[in-house]
Amino acid sequence: MVDFGGWDMPVQYSGIIDEHNAVRARVGLFDVSHMGEIEIRGPQAAQLADFVTTNHVGKLQVGQAHYSGLLYEHGGFVDDILVHKVAADRFFLCVNASNQDKDFEHIRAHNRFDAEVENAGARYAQLAIQGPKALATLQKLTATDLPAIKYYWFQDGEVSGTPARIAHTGYTGEDGYEIYVPPAEAPRIWNQVMQAGAEFGIQPAGLGARNTLRLEAKMALYGHEIDASISPLEAGLGWIVKFDKGEFVGREALLKQKQAGVRRKLAGFEMRGRGIGRDGYEVLLDGSPAGWVTSGSPSPTLNKNIGLCYLPAAQAVPGKAIQIMIRNQPVDAVTVETPFYKRAK
Amino acid sequence: MYPENFRYTKEHEWVLVEGDTGTIGITNHAQEELGDIVYVDLPKMGARLEPGKSLGSVESVKAVSDVYSPVAGEVTAVNDLLADAPEKLNEDPHGAAWLVKVKLAAPGEVQSLMTAAEYQTYVGAEK
Repeated sequence: MVDFGGWDMPVQYSGIIDEHNAVRARVGLFDVSHMGEIEIRGPQAAQLADFVTTNHVGKLQVGQAHYSGLLYEHGGFVDDILVHKVAADRFFLCVNASNQDKDFEHIRAHNRFDAEVENAGARYAQLAIQGPKALATLQKLTATDLPAIKYYWFQDGEVSGTPARIAHTGYTGEDGYEIYVPPAEAPRIWNQVMQAGAEFGIQPAGLGARNTLRLEAKMALYGHEIDASISPLEAGLGWIVKFDKGEFVGREALLKQKQAGVRRKLAGFEMRGRGIGRDGYEVLLDGSPAGWVTSGSPSPTLNKNIGLCYLPAAQAVPGKAIQIMIRNQPVDAVTVETPFYKRAK
Repeated sequence: MYPENFRYTKEHEWVLVEGDTGTIGITNHAQEELGDIVYVDLPKMGARLEPGKSLGSVESVKAVSDVYSPVAGEVTAVNDLLADAPEKLNEDPHGAAWLVKVKLAAPGEVQSLMTAAEYQTYVGAEK
């Protein structure tokens, strides 16, 4: 167990590679109760949500969710989040554990609308059931018709007799569900899911496998690919920025950046030499410092050492020879197409 | 679990003394904490090791960790097995997956390290 923002978190159970492969091939169960939840309610809840996030909340239908950014005025990330539209006047945000209080204060500080903001983390535990057998596993425990919930939609129902928000979302690049349940019921539901998934070879999976899975799928991790100094345009997340929706926090800065062109961009790489380019390691282009690694790991699915790094925008294209400084030695790598892994539909 | 004839460090290395030869490895607790090991970097033959100084590193899927020498001495053998099969360190950390052998500068210095019973208590308390 490691201390993770005040939470005792399992990094691994049977081993990162084993858990990773279980999620890709069968099904894995993650306890992600550390994730924060914030609710925005009231007649102008949608206006507030649209004002503090980059994606277009006005386009969401009830029961639909999307990935989005909370930005500072200067265009850097406060956090990356999921926004769920529960009702016309009610939105449910899933945020990063270590950012929860900061996010809550940020949203409240921008609340010049007829809306209330609640830091609701204590009311929810979250379990993620991920992998090709996630649907078959979870369906045994709920009357909710899971195939009717499209990707990035959700429904409020019951899991194992307990009220649950069942979202067809995930952070693994695999099909799966994230369920939000009352914390007191979470241990029992964990056991129920493990039993339901036993026939499919379910395995508990920890933070370590969650990291290798999301990296293969090129999903950003706050504090690595994104932080207060990085904009969505640099992080390859331009698709969550809807300039057309009107005013939002960070819009002016992003518009300027878009017009001028971003200076640096996120790129994927594969190691060619021996070693793993890890978070914070320097990246060289033609022998000169040119960027830094944001995440790096062995890829259990591809059996290669992969990673993400920031490079000058013009160089952040596949096929560039780069070097990564690994314990004072330059080691060869090459930029590649991302995502590294995409599941077959 | 932890061999009686080894001595142990707080950084989770072990050393076995036979005459003036010391065999150095990492403990089962260390390999469990590291998880799937993918690279092992070891010193060259003839390298001089100092107690408490890094002798190399062990890299798992999760992270890179330095390995600290429990003793002073000169490297007389390096376990080649680990270059091609680093996962052996997960499977047999107290046996086939030893890291290096050294000619001990002062064989008596291991007396200051933990015994198996002390180490067992130490890792028990750490958890």
